[in-house]
Amino acid sequence: MLLFLEQVLNGLQLGFMLFLLSAGLTLVFGVMNLINLAHGSFYMVGAYVAATVMLASGSFMLALLVALVAAALCGFLVEIIVLRHLYARDHLDQVLATFGLILFFNEATRMIWGRQPLFMQVPDFLTGSVEIIPDIPYPLYRLVIIGVGLLVAVGLYLLISHTRLGMRIRAGASNRSMIAALGVNIRWLYSLVFALGALLAGFAGVMAAPLFAVESGMGESILILTFVVIVIGGIGSIKGALLGALLVGLVDTLGRAFLPGLLQWLFATSSANSVAASLASLGIYLLMAGILAFKPRGLFPA
Amino acid sequence: MKSKLICSSLVAISILIAVPASAALKIGMITTLTTKAGYLGEDIRDGFLLAMEMGGGKLGGVDIELLVEDDGRKPGKGLQISERYIKSDKVKIMTGIVFSNVAMAVVPRVVEDDVFYISPNAGPSALAGKGCNKNYFNAAWQNDNLHEVMGQYVQDAGYASAYILAPNYPAGKDALAGFKRYYKGKIVGEVYTKLGQSDYAAELANLRAAKPDAVFFFLPGGMGINFLKQYALAGLNESIPVFGPAFSFDARILKAVGDAAVGVHNGSQWNFDLDNAANKKFVEAFKTKYGRMPTLYASQGYDTANLIASALKATNGNPGDMDAFRAALEKADFDSVRGNFRFGSNHHPIQDIYVREVVKDASGIHNVTVEKVFSNHVDAYAGDCSL
Repeated sequence: MLLFLEQVLNGLQLGFMLFLLSAGLTLVFGVMNLINLAHGSFYMVGAYVAATVMLASGSFMLALLVALVAAALCGFLVEIIVLRHLYARDHLDQVLATFGLILFFNEATRMIWGRQPLFMQVPDFLTGSVEIIPDIPYPLYRLVIIGVGLLVAVGLYLLISHTRLGMRIRAGASNRSMIAALGVNIRWLYSLVFALGALLAGFAGVMAAPLFAVESGMGESILILTFVVIVIGGIGSIKGALLGALLVGLVDTLGRAFLPGLLQWLFATSSANSVAASLASLGIYLLMAGILAFKPRGLFPA
Repeated sequence: MKSKLICSSLVAISILIAVPASAALKIGMITTLTTKAGYLGEDIRDGFLLAMEMGGGKLGGVDIELLVEDDGRKPGKGLQISERYIKSDKVKIMTGIVFSNVAMAVVPRVVEDDVFYISPNAGPSALAGKGCNKNYFNAAWQNDNLHEVMGQYVQDAGYASAYILAPNYPAGKDALAGFKRYYKGKIVGEVYTKLGQSDYAAELANLRAAKPDAVFFFLPGGMGINFLKQYALAGLNESIPVFGPAFSFDARILKAVGDAAVGVHNGSQWNFDLDNAANKKFVEAFKTKYGRMPTLYASQGYDTANLIASALKATNGNPGDMDAFRAALEKADFDSVRGNFRFGSNHHPIQDIYVREVVKDASGIHNVTVEKVFSNHVDAYAGDCSL
């Protein structure tokens, strides 16, 4: 039972990590109607810059700050140089261009930082464990990720629902020509939204860097999960992204944690282990298929 | 003016074409230089080139032209490159493949075309047992070897139970099978994870609950970095010791894992501190030339080059006389950086395998050899080979 609670916590933690990534992606898709495969690249930029700054300065907060600025700046430049010219094109062109950007960013990190994966440690003030479940020490850093994810969710809610900028973003999502006609500079609004999305991805990258290998191409392995999240949640909806991310995190974690034991108890053969592993990785796709069967546009269609 | 330019560039091009048509013997290297795993191929290539440079651009007194192409970790691309090497470059000796799936696509084809293939890394079981071939040699190891040695070590050290993990793909299953071949204690958990997985929180929670005496994992590349970092973050490295093959503990990975790897025991056929003259010379020369520590992959590339050199020397640089060249390869008459090295009947190494420990001292984090666990170790498939 306590193990189950711990695994739920693990699932929530993975979910909030995914939320940080998918919030930006869903925002960009919803407001700008743009498919951005290169979203994982901003995650990678965040992780690389944070690891570099932390190694040089030893300060996690400085690393976080510089990495956020770098990721947002990258997003801003990419929007101005590449994506701005693609809004009028269809999605296939956007997919091709942003796929090209993935290759560009991966090769660029190899040229700048080399093939050696970077090292980033958990900052001293976040090391250690907390026994929030009796007798099971849970890493403080993972709890911090949950907390940060919650804060970002609240922050985004306030931004979108209670500020002028948020009002414009919502307006841009529902009728872009009308908001342009009302005198809002839609170009700058788009650049801003895209940079915000990149910043959130970079934030996820910084939080991930002490846990994961900081290496070229690290964004792609998590990008697929992120797309599953926004499809489940309903493309364009932040609320959907939050719920979708938590669902995916929980299903993925609980599947990996308990399916092997369950199958072994049922079949008691040696192949049960690898069958369970395959089934566990199928879990989130089954979830997606199930939800789409009843709600074809996701849980919260925007 | 324009025609003059064209004329002179034509002349220049013809000179360029004419130069490689010298008598240099071509060796075709197919290896992985891109993708995340690109550093493996890079080190194999650099080790090979180092051996050539130490011979003055020659191997066994023969001028060598090394052709290097990147397979991008894709079997189809590897096959294409090998066909080009055979058809247009008339290559007689090939080497370089890092990954077993690429090797399985390329090796069985090229050895049928009377080409020698000498593997500096991949050693799939299918090519060591029933699928062995007289023109195929492996200068590194059979894939299971570095897992077997850990099985034996954990067994000898008296750990009563073990929790074992690997990715859910053929090499992962072979790894755990190799470990279990020599470990006779209780397996309290056998877990297959997603290939390329980054978050191991769920597996670590289960692992803690299973209370094993030891943990063995095979998670190559970034997966291993993720696992070790999170293992340490969960505080498990203080209570349950971790064991693994050398693949997750080479000089480059250790740099990315940091303190989380300290104290881990891992199995390898080579380490930079192995005490023999050939190894000292290799490590020094590699550090001087490339400015970094060699990995085991570099040592394998270097040994492969010297193995080829020994056979070229014995046959006066004529791999065309296949029987003589093969016989010379089988003798393995070269100074391996591993010290003890010879070929078994299936053309795979019979060698000593060691256990190393990751330590941290003034010079950084690196491996020290702890003990020799296997002497003259023969792989498990040699008996199935009809050679």
